[in-house]
Amino acid sequence: MLLIPCPWCGPRDEREFRYGGQAGIDYPADPDSLTDQEWADFLFMRENPKGAFAERWFHTAGCRRWFDAVRDTVTYAFGATTPPPVDPGEPDR
Amino acid sequence: MTGRRLASGGSRIDRARPISVRFDGRDLEAFEGDTFASALLANGVVGGFRSPILGRPRGIVSAGAEEPNAFVAVLEPWTDVIVPATLMSAVDGLVAESRPGVGTLVETADRREPRRQHRHVETLVVGGGIAGRAAAVEAAARGDRVLLVDEGAVIDDPPTGDDVTVLPNATALGVYDAGYVVIHERTPDLERVWHVRARNVVLATGTLERPIAFAGNDVPGVMLAGSVAAYVERFGVGPGERAAVFATNDWGLGVAEVLAAAGVEVVRTIDARAGERVVAADGDGALERIVVLDAAGREGSFEADLLAVSGGWNPNLTLWRSIGGDLTYDAARSCFVPRSGPGSGPAWLSVAGAAAGEVPESEPLWVVAEGEDADKFVDLQRDQTVADVAAALGRGLRSVEHVKRATYIGTAVDQGRTSGVLAAEIVNHLLGEDPGAQGPSGARPPYAPVSFAALAGPFAGDRFDPARTTPMHAWHLEHGAAFEDTGQWKRPRYFAPGGEPLEEAVERECLAVRNAVGAMDASTLGKIEVVGPDAPAFLDRMYTNRMSNLAVGSIRYGVMLGLDGMVWDDGVAMRVAEDRYYVTTTSGGAANVLDRFEEWLQTEWPDLRVFCTSVTEQRAVVAMNGPRARDVLAAVGTDVDLSSETFPFMTFRDGTLAGVPARLARVSFSGELAYELHVSSWHGLAVWEAVLAAGEPFGIRPYGLEAMDVLRAEKGFFIVGQETDGTVTPADLGMDWIVNPSKGDFLGRRSLRRSDLVRPDRKQLVGLLPEDPAALLPEGAQLVLEDTGRIPMPMSGFVTSSYRSPALDRTFALGLLEAGHAMHGRTVYAPLPEGTIAAKVIPPAFYDPEGERRDG
Repeated sequence: MLLIPCPWCGPRDEREFRYGGQAGIDYPADPDSLTDQEWADFLFMRENPKGAFAERWFHTAGCRRWFDAVRDTVTYAFGATTPPPVDPGEPDR
Repeated sequence: MTGRRLASGGSRIDRARPISVRFDGRDLEAFEGDTFASALLANGVVGGFRSPILGRPRGIVSAGAEEPNAFVAVLEPWTDVIVPATLMSAVDGLVAESRPGVGTLVETADRREPRRQHRHVETLVVGGGIAGRAAAVEAAARGDRVLLVDEGAVIDDPPTGDDVTVLPNATALGVYDAGYVVIHERTPDLERVWHVRARNVVLATGTLERPIAFAGNDVPGVMLAGSVAAYVERFGVGPGERAAVFATNDWGLGVAEVLAAAGVEVVRTIDARAGERVVAADGDGALERIVVLDAAGREGSFEADLLAVSGGWNPNLTLWRSIGGDLTYDAARSCFVPRSGPGSGPAWLSVAGAAAGEVPESEPLWVVAEGEDADKFVDLQRDQTVADVAAALGRGLRSVEHVKRATYIGTAVDQGRTSGVLAAEIVNHLLGEDPGAQGPSGARPPYAPVSFAALAGPFAGDRFDPARTTPMHAWHLEHGAAFEDTGQWKRPRYFAPGGEPLEEAVERECLAVRNAVGAMDASTLGKIEVVGPDAPAFLDRMYTNRMSNLAVGSIRYGVMLGLDGMVWDDGVAMRVAEDRYYVTTTSGGAANVLDRFEEWLQTEWPDLRVFCTSVTEQRAVVAMNGPRARDVLAAVGTDVDLSSETFPFMTFRDGTLAGVPARLARVSFSGELAYELHVSSWHGLAVWEAVLAAGEPFGIRPYGLEAMDVLRAEKGFFIVGQETDGTVTPADLGMDWIVNPSKGDFLGRRSLRRSDLVRPDRKQLVGLLPEDPAALLPEGAQLVLEDTGRIPMPMSGFVTSSYRSPALDRTFALGLLEAGHAMHGRTVYAPLPEGTIAAKVIPPAFYDPEGERRDG
């Protein structure tokens, strides 16, 4: 079982997390402007590297925050983690 | 039967405390501190076991986890399916039976209720020998929390300290990523699985003495030399009375001195390094005679009942290899040792002591050339010989891994602890390669047999998977509900207080809703509060239709799509205030919908000011459907004006009901006049009971999921996961109206234009009316356009829902059919083993297609 370094909670068992796939795949600003091929690339095509891989994790059974982490797909060692870009904060009431 | 207990000696046993154990119906005398194996040997039980395939007599070979023969099932005072006698403590009253390397399922629960323990330490040491204890002391000295485990019952001279835990009778089953180690602790009083997360793991797993393959090497009385010494020194047992020693090394030959000092006659030592060797061991059920060749090649034979064999030592590296540690061959010691350095095992894992290769030097001798190869056993538990290995190579196999699969060597309960390296070296030898050219086959957990009950620990039975129940659950139990699982939820499927069959109960429930009124516990609906100034814009992006222009107090049905354009979940949104929505989801999809909302808010649109809160558990829901629903509500008592003019369809009102705060929502999943009554979970049961009591004069009935399914299907309403399977779009369901392409982007919108999603021949939702109104199409039945009678036939679709309709007094079904929207009026066929059912294709609306009943 992986030991995943949540940037908010510290290292926690893998079972507390949900995997979110490759990191850094931004939702297109204007999906309508994409061809079918470009949209399909966004939807379905992902890297599968041997070695360092930036991926997304969701601390489902913990702080419920998404973050990015670099994991070595050979050794399973975790490197840097990055919290979400902006804390959503308290909404106005 | 002769007693073999020696007059003195035995560091582990307490001769002042005799005990009695029973083996295969025979009572045996032993001492506290004995293992079951030492108790057997002390009573002269030399054979007593059978090999699993050939049925040959077998005896105890070892004193540890490498034991390939002596497996027992424990019947009293606890139960164990199969356990090596060498690792099991003998306790007074123990009853065990031999097992031929294969367990027999025990039907009774173990009196030792399995437990689970979690532990975090800086240093975990596996193995309580000299190296392991030294590693533990060193770690404790630098302030580590230390856990030291050993599979044996006794750890000599154990390290002590406030943060040092010493755990005997504990086998490390597996070493996993990031220092995660699962340990099985097993004593007569306790079975416990430890889940340990350690910063550093030290494997001080010692060595396994290896056998030599010669003819008759499986005869009871042929044992590993180090184990013979262990029985003498630890348990005061002489495993034989006339002994010989056959070894490739000084240490093994030294066992002759141990035996002699204990008063056991040693008739001969055979030193392989001098060219001497054992060419055969014979005996009828137990060793009687040994045939040897001396250094000059002269054959001789002599009588003996014990042959102690030492072919050298293999570092015990199963755990090391199972987590990616590599091996390298040490020619001087003729064994495989751990390869250190990058890429060989994780950084947090180290190997110490004999396991790291600190073993005596030994001549390589794997197989004695003389004698029949078919009598030279490699894997005693799989009854595989040198001849079987040769046969595998003769079929063209070259890899140790392939030989393993062909012979099953190393796949038995003992996981090849004595046979793995031996088999590899026999392969090297037969292929003419140098020793060590190929190493043993791969290793994986578990290191030793473990029962599923032990792994499950306390999480068995009712605790296996937590059940979620609604506030009305106790009422359902009292009123004959048959339950159905929806995820972890227990939901009433139908109510049969008199034990009626499903069909009868469902018909009664459906007719109540159509003709009078029925009430369903809908508390399992997912419920999420979506709050914030950007909540309207956010929901517009999540649902296919517009939620931002919903009036406060109004309700809108919505569908969510996957990014691939497929229907993903559905529910309704109620606008509670300008900045506040109360949305419902499917019962099974609630957690996923909340996860998805949070994912998009956190990762793509952190600028949106929205909070999402699950209130599924906080709100109970009664769905009341039927033409008398309004009358029942009035009788229950509410301050909400119920007239259709002021409280129309798809609106909700907050007020009181039965004296408690309630949200009354006019949504209908049956087509009838209907109200969802959302109240605090604390009031769920009281409101449910109030509704049923007030409804009694109107003929109210509770109804379950099955009736709800019939009622919604009569209206052609789809259910996510029943009519959809992740390949169905809103258009496929005939629901283009739910998609608002002009409102801006929403999840899945771009996919709806993909060429494959606009194909006219996609499978589309249709209604199906069997020609025989009594014929019930099975759900999942395949549909064909022409019943050719020849298999295979081209399939055009399948049945998704199928019921008997009490209102229509006939059967009907929903299905997905290629180009189904253009097929209305056609006949399709479901070829089934019991005969073909023909059905007419119609639009999927069977009951009140004009929707005239929703206002009562």
